[in-house]
Amino acid sequence: MIDLIPSIPFILKGILVTLQFVVASGIAGFIIGVLLAFAKIGKFPLLKRFADAYTAFFRGTPLILQLVYVYFVVPEVTGWEIPKLAAGIIAFSLNSGAYVSEIIRAGIQSVDKGQFEAAQALNVSYWKSMRKIILPQAIKHILPALMNEYIMLLKESAVISVIGAHDIMRRSQIVAADTFNYFGALTIALIIYFIMVRILETFGAKLEKRLRYSD
Amino acid sequence: MINVNNLTKQFGDNQVLTDITTEVKKGDVVAVIGPSGSGKSTFLRCINGLEEATKGEIIVDDITLTEKTLAQVREKTGMVFQHFHLFPHLKVIDNITFAPIETKGVKKADAEKHAKKLLETVGLSDKANTYPNQLSGGQKQRVAIARSLAMEPEIMLFDEPTSALDPEMVKEVLDVMKQLAQSGMTMVVVTHEMGFAREVADRILFLDEGAVVEETTPHAFFHHPETERAQSFLEKVL
Repeated sequence: MIDLIPSIPFILKGILVTLQFVVASGIAGFIIGVLLAFAKIGKFPLLKRFADAYTAFFRGTPLILQLVYVYFVVPEVTGWEIPKLAAGIIAFSLNSGAYVSEIIRAGIQSVDKGQFEAAQALNVSYWKSMRKIILPQAIKHILPALMNEYIMLLKESAVISVIGAHDIMRRSQIVAADTFNYFGALTIALIIYFIMVRILETFGAKLEKRLRYSD
Repeated sequence: MINVNNLTKQFGDNQVLTDITTEVKKGDVVAVIGPSGSGKSTFLRCINGLEEATKGEIIVDDITLTEKTLAQVREKTGMVFQHFHLFPHLKVIDNITFAPIETKGVKKADAEKHAKKLLETVGLSDKANTYPNQLSGGQKQRVAIARSLAMEPEIMLFDEPTSALDPEMVKEVLDVMKQLAQSGMTMVVVTHEMGFAREVADRILFLDEGAVVEETTPHAFFHHPETERAQSFLEKVL
């Protein structure tokens, strides 16, 4: 293990890369997911069809292939040499958006339809009902599933190593290849991912508890 | 106050209401009665546009109900549901003040003052700061009535307001409704409470298979029903 110590900072720097990537994809994916969710529950059939097809496509093909596709096909077609991190963020946020949209749609639809009707009968507008009546109730269903999605995103982010982005995964592989100490280098990566996920889980549990408190 | 002309409603191939024409005058209390599946609730829900009529027209206080006038019509009508539909994440008082504050721009203090007065009328002054899940069914329904009244409607629509209640709680809700009727409120009440219909209603609308079969006074309806269908219905429920 001693021989690995000089390489540890190199692997740790991957945390920043991974985080940068996960946060950007998470935020963009969330925005995409919200837009798609409202398209799905809205009254415009064309938007609904688009959102359904979008979800079917991104859930129906491998994430790693979507990533490689963006990284290699975009330059081929447009001539733009897409940076690794950007390719990763694009692929992951497009993919995550599909899952998030299902989480939000299901959460909203889990709220009793009568809530919406009561608001309508009281002459409350659609968006106001959504914001102040439906979403505050839906959030209790949405949040746990959303937390799950972000944990998945954090772990799956290791996939960007295949296009050569220097995340935790990639760095630990480089160190392993340099030192021939696969056990040590990969174990360090395992521990880092595990701790990051635990932190996210703890944070999610706290948030959930707080919401339940308001019942 | 309410004119319904040739109202027809279909869900897909299923014809729920057929050519209903009726009128409700200001101050009238109309009880809508009929076997389950006769279209009573759908009829009521058409009046405030929760269901869109397939054919025919609804006129509320000289305003013909369309997508454009929907808000105007809803401003004049309050609705009470079988399953209350109180907002579970809001305290009782906030349930009542929500719509006036959000849609009419009433000041919070004024809305709360009004809400407290309404809670007093429905006998729940002590429940202002509790959440709906701490109330009994009868209390929930009374809060729901107060919530509707907070919007100062001219017409109140009741969709089987006591059907989801335990028997011992029916009376407290009916009493509030009676009080409301006596105050001159125009009311359309879909109900299975024959006692209430007989005692409080000015008129009975008997629906069967989506059509008005009889429209008459409670006395005539309960003592000399004209049609066979009304007779056999009354035999079963009385």
